[in-house]
Order: sequence, then C-alpha cells, then structure tokens
Amino acid sequence: MNIVVCVKQVPDTATERKLRSDDKTLDRDAVDGVINELDEYAVEEALRLKEAHGGEVTVLTMGPAKAADTIRKALAMGADKAVHLVDDALAGSDALSTSYALAQALGRVGFDVVVLGSESTDARTGVLAAMLAERLGVPQLSQARKVEVNGSAVTIERVTDYGYDRVEASLPAVVSVVEKINEPRYPSFKGIMAAKKKPVETLGAADLEADAGQLGLAGAWSEVVDFAVAPPRAAGTVVKDEGDGGAKAAEFLASKKFI
Amino acid sequence: MSEILVLVEHVDGDVKKVTLELLTLARSLGEPSAVWAGPGYSDAAKAKLTEYGADKIYVAGSADLADYVVAPKAELLASLVGSASPAAVLVAATAEGKEIAGRLAIKTDSGVITDAVGLVEGFVADQSIFGGGVNVHSRVTKGTPIVAVRPNSTAPVASAGAGAEETVDVELSDLAKTAHVVERVKQEKGARPELTEAAIVVSGGRGVGSGDNFALIEKLADSLGAAVGASRAATDAGWYPHQFQVGQTGKTVSPQLYVAVGISGAIQHRAGMQTSKTIVVVNKDAEAPLFEIADFGVVGDLFQVVPQLTEEIAKRK
Ligand SMILES: Cc1cc2nc3c(=O)[nH]c(=O)nc-3n(C[C@H](O)[C@H](O)[C@H](O)COP(=O)(O)OP(=O)(O)OC[C@H]3O[C@@H](n4cnc5c(N)ncnc54)[C@H](O)[C@@H]3O)c2cc1C
Ligand SMILES: Nc1ncnc2c1ncn2[C@@H]1O[C@H](COP(=O)(O)O)[C@@H](O)[C@H]1O
Repeated sequence: MNIVVCVKQVPDTATERKLRSDDKTLDRDAVDGVINELDEYAVEEALRLKEAHGGEVTVLTMGPAKAADTIRKALAMGADKAVHLVDDALAGSDALSTSYALAQALGRVGFDVVVLGSESTDARTGVLAAMLAERLGVPQLSQARKVEVNGSAVTIERVTDYGYDRVEASLPAVVSVVEKINEPRYPSFKGIMAAKKKPVETLGAADLEADAGQLGLAGAWSEVVDFAVAPPRAAGTVVKDEGDGGAKAAEFLASKKFI
Repeated sequence: MSEILVLVEHVDGDVKKVTLELLTLARSLGEPSAVWAGPGYSDAAKAKLTEYGADKIYVAGSADLADYVVAPKAELLASLVGSASPAAVLVAATAEGKEIAGRLAIKTDSGVITDAVGLVEGFVADQSIFGGGVNVHSRVTKGTPIVAVRPNSTAPVASAGAGAEETVDVELSDLAKTAHVVERVKQEKGARPELTEAAIVVSGGRGVGSGDNFALIEKLADSLGAAVGASRAATDAGWYPHQFQVGQTGKTVSPQLYVAVGISGAIQHRAGMQTSKTIVVVNKDAEAPLFEIADFGVVGDLFQVVPQLTEEIAKRK
C-alpha cells in the first residue's frame, strides 16, 4: 500500500507566537518549530497501516527549510522517505493554497491512502483533509478515531457530537485522525540514525505544475486586515478554602448573576 | 439588501441554537436564507427559522445529504451559491461545519474564514488566535465569502423574517457519495445542553479521580443548567466520553461561564476554553496555571468545595 502522511511543522505551543507586522503572517523564524502534535498520531497510524498491509510510508511536508527537522522526526519514527515542498513562492499560503500545493504534490507522488492530523496547532483550521478529498476527488474519511483497511475497503469511526459514525469507503482515500486513535511511538536510537540516510526529495513551486497565481501569500483567497495582541485577562480573585470555599464561589456566581 | 445563506444545524429535527445565532448575525449584514439539508424538516423547524429572521428557507430533504460524509452538503451549498449568488455563506464552526466550508470554498473558488467570533460590514471577521493571545481581523478576497462562525459568538435575538419556503432537489454527483455513513452510534449523557452551545460549562479533570466521581461534576452542572466537559486526562482515562473533551483536540467552547474542577490548565486545554467570558477554577494546587486566567479561584480539595458549592446554589434558588 502506498501511504502518504502529511506532516506540518508548527511553532511550539509553549512559546509565544507572533504575527509579523509587514505581511501579517505567522513569524516562523522567531520560534522553535516542532511537529504538529496531531501529526505524530497520523504518522503512527500510517506506520501501523504499513505494518498490517505492507507498502511504503512517504512523509509530505510543505514548509520552510527548517521543516526538514520535522521530516527527520517522522522518518525516525519509521517512515520510509519524504517529499519536502519548499519555496519562497509558497510562503504565506492559506488553507486553499496549501491544499492546492499538497494536492499537486500528491498527484505526482501517487497514493492509496493519505493520512493527516485533524487539525494543526497554529492555523487550527481543521479543513485540510476535507479540501484534499475535494481536490483529489476521493472519499473523505476525516476525524477518525479508528481506521480499518480490508483489501480495497476502508472503514473508520468518525467522531461526532453524539458519539461516532461508522463510515465506509474504498481506496484511494484521505483519512484524518484524532488523538484517541493510537499512542505514537518514540523514535528509537536506531530509528534516529537510520533517518539520516533516508531519501528526502525537495520540490519547488515550479515542480508542482501548478498555477502560480494560486500559491503563496499573493495567491491566497483571504487576508489578515489587521491584528492586535489581546489585552491580558484582568487578574481575578483567588481564595484558599477554609471550609467556606464553596460558599465563596457561590457568592461570586451570584454577584455575576449566574445564580 | 443581499441574500446570505445560513446552513442550518439540526439534530433530531430540532434547530440548534447556533443557527439562531447565525441568523441573527446574518440579519445585521443582509437577508438571511436558511438552508436545510437532510431529513427532519417540519413546521416547527420552519417556525423557528422564520422567528429568527429567515426570509427564505431552502429545503433539501434527501437522506443522501446526511448519509454521506460532508461532500453532499458542500454540493448543495455550491449549487445554491450558483443559483442565488448570495453575498456570503455562513456555517457553524463545528468540526463538520468547517469541513463543509472548506469543500465549498474549493467548489466555488472562494475564500474561507474559519472560527470567526464576530462579523461586521464587508464581511470582515474577528478571530481570536494563538489560544486567545492575538485578535485578528480578516476577510475573504476572492469569490463569495464563506465564514465559519463559532457557537456562542452572538446572542440570538428573534425578529421574524418572511420564511418563504423553496424545495431544492440537488442532483448529487457520484463523487459526493463515496464515504457512506453505515451506522450512527449515540453515546449520549443525559439531557444536558450541548457542550459547544451551552451558556455554562462545568468541566472535570484528572483531579476528579474516577468515572464514578464525575457524578459530582454532573450534579454541579445540573444545579447551574450547564453542560459537562472534561480534560483529556479524564477522557483518556475513560471517566467521561471523548466527545465531551474540551481543548485543542476536543471541543472549543466559549460559554458565559466556564467552571474547571481538578484541571491544571495545560496549554492544550486552555486552547479550547480561553475565550470563555468568566472562568472559575477549583484546584488544590495554588500553582496550577489555570488560576492565571481565572476570574475566581478556590484553592482547595474539590471533594469539599464542589459539594458545598452545589448545595449553596440549590439554597439560593
Ligand atoms: C496532541 C495533544 C492534544 C491534547 N489535547 C488536549 C485537549 O483537547 N484537551 C485537554 O484537556 N488536554 C489536551 N492535551 C493534554 C494536556 O497536555 C494535559 O495533559 C491535560 O489537559 C491534563 O488534564 P488535567 O488538567 O485534567 O490533568 P493534570 O494536568 O494531571 O491536572 C490535574 C489537576 O487536578 C488537581 N487536583 C488533583 N486532585 C485534586 C483534588 N482532590 N481537588 C482539587 N484539585 C485536585 C491537581 O492539582 C492538578 O492541577 C493534549 C495533549 C497533546 C499532546
Ligand atoms: N504545510 C503543510 N504540510 C503538510 N501537511 C499539512 C500542512 N498544513 C496542514 N497539513 C496537514 O493538515 C492537517 C490539518 O491542518 P489544518 O487544516 O491547518 O488545521 C495537519 O494536521 C497536517 O496533517
């Protein structure tokens, strides 16, 4: 099975993230990049699919040169090879441009199943899987907490407001996963060493046979008009429970008219 | 004034509160047209949508719209965008709403804004990003603005619209029918308000200690008419079902009041509740990071504090 896993490098959520004043995009240089947490679950699921059904796992990332670290992490976990879309012309892409570039790359790489995280911690749009399914004309199996492949049939449990839906489709398909699906493995020392020798193909915008007018900041379908750092929340009152903590909390709720 | 499509969220034939919020918002920007997708439409639904300002109601009742994942709803909206040329399309910023918006954006070659918390003239959206750290104004620059609006961003206000009904028969493509829902498994928990829609949410974390102890959280929630939420530590432990998880990889909630009990306040939890209007925290560790964003905090043992709080609320009623 030809499995492609889409992985994004994001700023560490523990650091302070900023938008740049000039082009109003995320300042990726100023912060440490880490693998999007949910994408570790996507990589794990891709590896499990390979272990169960054979084939190969390819990591696909669009991002600046330093996103190579994130690719290495996925390779160290056990993926076989990687494709890195890197080009200044891709910087500032919105979800539509990103899905366009990734879809073009997927067309070139080929796939039976594409695995994504259900959301990135920086953009948090949660739309990429749906957009890729739309662009590639394949089934959308998103928000999966369980994935089963049987020949060319694939079944997932899709998380919903009321529980989950069992959804059936046939391959090729796009799958996105939630963090309940598995426990991502830690790269072993051997895995880390092996990752250094695994092939990483670098592609630029020109390699994508894409309409340049739909890529990067200039091609985006939306724009940030302006932004401001949110004023910090005013410090609240904290009391120590002296046997009356519950009563004091009730008083507070009453003062705010909640009761 | 121009037409604005509002995709109706409904469950068991009932219109969800977020739809009334979206109709209210749409009324301030144009003439709202509600779009009903799937079975379950009724006179009661019509009355509700009309009461909150729907001038038109497009009804597409085919079961296929609900029995295949997302794609059919995007096709329905795309065909209405083609025939009605609306000024904008609004959907609820739920996981599925955002996915519909994403596919619709591609179909109509339009831009999309996800997780708007407000929308003004010119369809400029307010967004709160980086866990509430930065406020952004953004807008769509190509095509028909498609905006996914967070539940609880607007107070729903009734103001009747014309409510003219129009039946829509969409011819769904084969491509829209490739991911088939074969079973719906409901894991409901009582008759509480839905998590993302609730005005008050009471959440429990690892400090609650067990699934049985969640009865304490439920009692407090019920005394306030609140929804129950949980941290990931609590859902991972199996103490409460996954769909009640609040945070980065759970639900994003923005209620009037959020009460966090035995939750430390990891960044991933905060990402899902930071825009709550008022935050109350109960934790025995005075250093718990959630106290930093609390309007009111009690440092104490939840097994003492929560029953007393529940009792006090009952007394004051
Ligand atoms: C990819 C990824 C996604 C994640 N997504 C989410 C998410 O969506 N939502 C989420 O919540 N987390 C998420 N997390 C997990 C997050 O990092 C934290 O681990 C989690 O939020 C911790 O839950 P907690 O606060 O209940 O537990 P803990 O951090 O263990 O905190 C328990 C708290 O309870 C207090 N306590 C204990 N006993 C008592 C008592 N008797 N009385 C009063 N207080 C008591 C303790 O002092 C402590 O502060 C995610 C993590 C990752 C890696
Ligand atoms: N630049 C990117 N390169 C590769 N994969 C991406 C990229 N951006 C998003 N993704 C994938 O899409 C998922 C959802 O991201 P988002 O829609 O941005 O919330 C992520 O978990 C990744 O799997």
